[in-house]
Amino acid sequence: MIGEGIKSTNQRKHSYVQDHVEVGFFTDPSVCIGCKACEVACKEWNQVPDDGFIWSGNSYDNTGHLGASTWRHVMFLEQDRQKGNQITGPMGLPTDSQSDLSAVAAAKAEDPFRWVFLSDVCKHCGEAGCLEACPTGSIVRTEVGSVLVQNDVCNGCGYCVVSCPFGVIDRRPSPLPDAGGAFKCTFCYDRQKSGLVPACAKVCPTESIVFGRLDDLRARANERVQHLKQNGYGDAQVYDPTETSVCGIHAFFLILGEPEAYGLPPKPQIPTIYLKSAWTAAFATAIASIIATLVGFAFFS
Amino acid sequence: MTTDSRSEKRLEQLREKAWQEGVVPGRGVDVVGGPIPRKPGYYGQPVVKPPVWTWEVPLYFFFGGIGGMSAVIALSGVLFHHIDLARMAMWIAAIAGAVLSPILLIMDLGRPHLFLNMLRVFKHRSAMSMGAWILTAFGTSAVAGLITLELHARQIFPGTLDQPVRLAVGIFIFAAAIFGTLLATYTGVLIGATAIPAWFLHRTFLPIHFGTAGLGSAAGVLELLGHRIAALNFLGFYAAAVETALLIWLSVDRHGAADRAIHQHGSGWLIRSGEILNGPLALVLRFFGFIPWAAISFLAGALVSRIGWIVVGKVSGADPEAVFASQR
Repeated sequence: MIGEGIKSTNQRKHSYVQDHVEVGFFTDPSVCIGCKACEVACKEWNQVPDDGFIWSGNSYDNTGHLGASTWRHVMFLEQDRQKGNQITGPMGLPTDSQSDLSAVAAAKAEDPFRWVFLSDVCKHCGEAGCLEACPTGSIVRTEVGSVLVQNDVCNGCGYCVVSCPFGVIDRRPSPLPDAGGAFKCTFCYDRQKSGLVPACAKVCPTESIVFGRLDDLRARANERVQHLKQNGYGDAQVYDPTETSVCGIHAFFLILGEPEAYGLPPKPQIPTIYLKSAWTAAFATAIASIIATLVGFAFFS
Repeated sequence: MTTDSRSEKRLEQLREKAWQEGVVPGRGVDVVGGPIPRKPGYYGQPVVKPPVWTWEVPLYFFFGGIGGMSAVIALSGVLFHHIDLARMAMWIAAIAGAVLSPILLIMDLGRPHLFLNMLRVFKHRSAMSMGAWILTAFGTSAVAGLITLELHARQIFPGTLDQPVRLAVGIFIFAAAIFGTLLATYTGVLIGATAIPAWFLHRTFLPIHFGTAGLGSAAGVLELLGHRIAALNFLGFYAAAVETALLIWLSVDRHGAADRAIHQHGSGWLIRSGEILNGPLALVLRFFGFIPWAAISFLAGALVSRIGWIVVGKVSGADPEAVFASQR
């Protein structure tokens, strides 16, 4: 956290992989400045290829969304909401007639505006859809609880893509390097094995991205929400779907407002919960087809 | 920084528009009274990823259904002494299920040369893993069943030596029929147990539809190849009647914005025309005795609706409102 200096978990060396400690990311948009250093650090460290340079027209976000070649994505939300104890009023400098305080007070709450930046990333679900769906065993759970794609095993079947409730993992199209395989955030597993902090958290200048023990981060997030609420951020909440079949996420967020505005599903579910009813229908159809065929041949030939 | 002509053009376009009108035509500012319309979610970006699958997958569903259910017809043919029909059905099962299906499935992989990695693990919680094993088991038993059936039918081993061959025919074709029904129906589970709203909301519908479409298609192919017998006609009636009932179910079982890809746009029309072709139209044609036309209508419907369901997945997955609506 800010003010902790070299004692911050973002700067310390650690042995979480060796000690099998569950770790996480806590990403806090209330201190994010939208510098995109996390995106750059991630691309550099992991040698993620350039996947195009397109002007979106969506605020300052030309990254678009998470995908096979985008593992951190800074969102830029422009909202007509109040930010903290923000004093709102007509835009521009006050003219003579507006300069007296009563006019400013009258115009208060007329034109609230806030700019929210949130660095999105793979959630590393407690129960991961991609991991369950993978037919090659390429996707595994690591010692620290993160979900890792082993690139050399993946044969690019594309089933993880439709099984992720957050739309994170994707198959990399040609002509990019290593095309055809599925890619997503690795939680910098290689760095973590060497006791280093993931590149995005290491580089984050405001410690909007905090890396550390999952239980510590959860406590810290709740504290932060309480603090923000006391300071006028009435709609601050933790986005961590623990009550759905996803069973909580390792990379969770503090969000201002509803999850929908961030493109986050309000109640994400792991698709394996649909298996029972689907297989029941499949077995029933299989049996019905055999019976129908036997009946057809027994009575009509 | 790479200079990409597409992005440079886009930037020029934005500058030009801003210069002339003072308004950027992109999605831009999301403020009440702002110049640009609001989009659902985060600038209308998809919440889940639409499937990356291409034309191979619906075609695989189609041939897998024909091949798998042909083995069921072959089993009945063997049991009720229609040996020529059984031979033809096993040829179809072996070609569609053991040759075409694996080729299509491997072609769709991002890294086809690593297709054997599918058989590294057995995961009952992954429909894709189960499918790979079902297809392997079906291909093996269908080819073995075809070879032994041909050995038996051509009387290669005369007299008492034919007894073990007959036993092998029974075992292999029985196995092919069991794995065949699973091959025809698991594809519904495969797309039903995903995060795509229009798919998972119809996860009980899909295996019934795919399996029944496979059975009707197998019977239709055999009829078109000259086996015009009452048993296959019965199967044609059965499949078309079930598909008609499924069409009614799909029209009634609506989930608003969550599954609107099934009822609207081009994807909706694909589903509808496919279901009409293999449901009511095939039923009516068969009722009036136009058996070849009924078979052709059913086959066309089975293929079109398979394509339709993949297109629906792409439309529904790219629609953030559908995901939100399915979770509210």
